[in-house]
Amino acid sequence: MIEVRGLSKRYGATVAVDGLNFDVRPGIVTGFLGPNGAGKSTTMRMVLGLDAPDAGQARIRGSRYRELRWPLREVGALLEARAFHPGRSGRAHLRALAASNGIPRSRVEEVLGLVGLAEVAGRRAGRFSLGMGQRLGIAAALLGDPGVLLLDEPVNGLDPEGIRWVRNLLRSLAAQGRTVFVSSHLIGEIGRTADHVVVIGRGRLLADTSVAELSARAPSLEEAFFELTDGSAEYRGALDSKGRTS
Amino acid sequence: MTTTAATHGRYRFSHVARMEWTKLRSLRSTWWALALTVAGAIGIAVAVGVNTRDAAADLTNNALAGISLGLLLIGVLGVLMMTGEYSSGMIRATLAAIPNRPLVLAAKAAVFGMVALAVGEVAGFIAFFAGGAALPDGIPAPALGQPGVLRAVVLGGAGFCLVGLIGLGLGAIIRHTPAAIAVLVGGVYVLAQLVAAFTHSLMPYLPIAIVANSLTVVQPMPDDQVRFLSPWAGLGMLGLYAAVTLGIGAWLLARRDA
Repeated sequence: MIEVRGLSKRYGATVAVDGLNFDVRPGIVTGFLGPNGAGKSTTMRMVLGLDAPDAGQARIRGSRYRELRWPLREVGALLEARAFHPGRSGRAHLRALAASNGIPRSRVEEVLGLVGLAEVAGRRAGRFSLGMGQRLGIAAALLGDPGVLLLDEPVNGLDPEGIRWVRNLLRSLAAQGRTVFVSSHLIGEIGRTADHVVVIGRGRLLADTSVAELSARAPSLEEAFFELTDGSAEYRGALDSKGRTS
Repeated sequence: MTTTAATHGRYRFSHVARMEWTKLRSLRSTWWALALTVAGAIGIAVAVGVNTRDAAADLTNNALAGISLGLLLIGVLGVLMMTGEYSSGMIRATLAAIPNRPLVLAAKAAVFGMVALAVGEVAGFIAFFAGGAALPDGIPAPALGQPGVLRAVVLGGAGFCLVGLIGLGLGAIIRHTPAAIAVLVGGVYVLAQLVAAFTHSLMPYLPIAIVANSLTVVQPMPDDQVRFLSPWAGLGMLGLYAAVTLGIGAWLLARRDA
């Protein structure tokens, strides 16, 4: 369970995230949609304690991220394709992370096998293709066998087979009772993977509903998404003066 | 649910130190740089030894001249320990694994400091003996048993470690590799030249002067224009620089977005 309450963040004059409220529930895949610059990555970074919110907070199973006792065993995150040093092998990268949270080394080999990197794990990660780098990031997220997963654009750089593999992985993780929160630009892919969606535009919540309900609003999920986010621009323009009173 | 979350205990310093040790030793470039540093210190000690003409000179200090060159390399390595995480994006993985940021920097400082100290001492002792062995016939090599000699060799290695930690602190403060290296080189080397040219009173407090003219000195400097710090005062001053840069670095690390 992830609870986001009144979360806000501005960078200088730019409002990146503006009073977001939503819950991400366990046992289902929740998609996180929004146009570029909508604030998806910023929201995820705040949930993970990497960026400090200007207002509001995010809680994971009732705790703030920085209060977690073994963060990697509770939350697995894939933030961007390359959150590893290019000079280090994939295996060494995972071993370092495992050591930080008291995770046994055998688990490193397990997740390497799971993501299909066992053969190449000794190579410098800088030589990995985009897809291999993405798999290493997913391996890192799964390392601590966490109950909560946050994945920012996990299928970036993956081939169709890889995309299907991620889809099945996320669905099986949710079926095991985990909380799975996944952002993507690919609306169709979210439609096939997620049960629920949180849609934001310009840092504000536009929808927090089931995929089935959102799809029913228009001929397709994609069209429903465009109606929602097109509206957000005008809606927001009209709201600017009121927004300050909140 | 098959998760292992909420098991007993929580992450501690020893876990973070193990992560940092795994990171440090798994980068081949670190070992190349350290090996180069030791080789450079030995090479300079031999070159200075072979060309020695004056038996009354501070031969220990001469043999340790290469340590000063190595300071630049260990300082840059210290910078890269931090800035390399920012340029690669690794910092987010690190801080998501260990949200207690000052603890991350403390573990980095402990692990890197121990490695730098070990390398500095190895480089110091080998350079000392190699420099002594390279002296021409008729000039006796200094011995560790003579007054102040062992202290000079040991403190040379310690100075090496402290400059590495200053680099680490600068890396945490500045975060960008080229800018942090520029400040390090400027602070340790360029500033030394400028100060030497204009104002002698500040000279004794510069890191490179402390290592070259305080820590590794057996005979007090004959130069009456500048009064350098005593070896122990120099060590204290260098330690203070490292503590201040690391302290500011930890403070900023905890405050800034990653």
